Amino acid sequence: MRSAVIALVRKDLLAELRSFEAVPAMLMFTISAFALFHFGLDRSSLEGSLASGVLWVTLLLAAVLGMNRLFVTEREQGGFDAFLLAPVDRTAMFVAKVIVLFGFLVVVEVVAVAAFAVLLLEPGLGRAMPGLPLVLLLADAGLAVIGTLVGALAVQTRARDLIVPLLALPLSIPLLIAGANATAPLLARSGAAALEGRWLAILGLYDVVFALLAYAVFDYLLED
Amino acid sequence: MFFYAPLEIDQGFVQKIFYVHVPLAIVALVGFVVGGIYAIRFLRSGDRAHDLRSYVAIHMSLIFGVGALLTGSIWARASWGHWWLWDEPTLVSFLIVFLLYACYQPLRFSIEDPERQSRYAAVFAVVGGAFVPLNFMAVRAAQSNIHPRTLSASDNLPGPIALTFLLCIVAMGLLFITLCKYELAAKNTRMQLRSLKRRLSGEAPLQRGRSAAPQEL
Repeated sequence: MRSAVIALVRKDLLAELRSFEAVPAMLMFTISAFALFHFGLDRSSLEGSLASGVLWVTLLLAAVLGMNRLFVTEREQGGFDAFLLAPVDRTAMFVAKVIVLFGFLVVVEVVAVAAFAVLLLEPGLGRAMPGLPLVLLLADAGLAVIGTLVGALAVQTRARDLIVPLLALPLSIPLLIAGANATAPLLARSGAAALEGRWLAILGLYDVVFALLAYAVFDYLLED
Repeated sequence: MFFYAPLEIDQGFVQKIFYVHVPLAIVALVGFVVGGIYAIRFLRSGDRAHDLRSYVAIHMSLIFGVGALLTGSIWARASWGHWWLWDEPTLVSFLIVFLLYACYQPLRFSIEDPERQSRYAAVFAVVGGAFVPLNFMAVRAAQSNIHPRTLSASDNLPGPIALTFLLCIVAMGLLFITLCKYELAAKNTRMQLRSLKRRLSGEAPLQRGRSAAPQEL
């Protein structure tokens, strides 16, 4: 199964590098969202829980964009049928898509967080390290699992692009809660407080439960 | 129910809505999880009856959820909310779950193929059923920074109120089960009627078993 996963991941990454569809769109979206927040909130600098909230909501919405695109080529160009014909374990597609979405999210976040620090954040990012990347990575894992599940579910329905945000956003709310609460003290203006382990535990628990659940259930989504 | 429990001091008669609102919410959440359990059984066995039960359980829980949200807002407007456990965070987490399951039926009926429809709906029900407790924990954890949580509502309730409350939860649970059985019976009867009609008119009987999807032929 590992070679199948590697082959699928390579295919998706090559396709993305050649056509540049998902990641640039997600990046542009995050930058525009920061601009929107600047105008909507009428503030040019944010800190603390407000900064944390703005960052997380933007990342979540950008992730939804990525989820929309995840299975589209599979659907339109017969990738599902080709995969079903191959003599590999079907969860290989699940693992591959999770890895791909996770990769997209990490790339987007590296640029988006830097942009956020430059554009809107008032205290520097220095004191937020290494807590912020840790929280982001944990949340990305959860978002990747949810995104793969919801993307696979939605791609076969009629109202594909509408179903994905409707399903993915409520499912991602615990991640948002834990992530925003975890990073709020890190981005505070007057001295960053320590990262609370409680939120990391929630993120980790959520990731594990959903990863196991999605792993168990994904086969049924691919049957013909 | 209304006359057995004594009047509560702070809120007076309005507090009685608590006997309706809380059981509605609890039964709705349990119903969602039960829908998930039936969905797991459907995925493992392929028996359409489980799929139908899962659909009915979630459908009924949605209706109960609407009732819980409405009675909750009536109660909130009439009073400030008394026990810590039943204020904002629980309301928010319930709303999130409700929004998620409100997409169950649109998802279900936007897939034409009945087999695939049942399967996808079952996957969604399983994920949603696992999500309910996780979401509850996450939202509760988010609020404990601000208010210290009291242990549990039943510790705060004096005798007659606790008894009435328990009775109401049991009653609401039984109501849920009754309504589900009623809806299941109605659906099954309708399907049997349809297959009889089809046989009478000479058409070939559909090979498909029972499914919650409206048959198009």
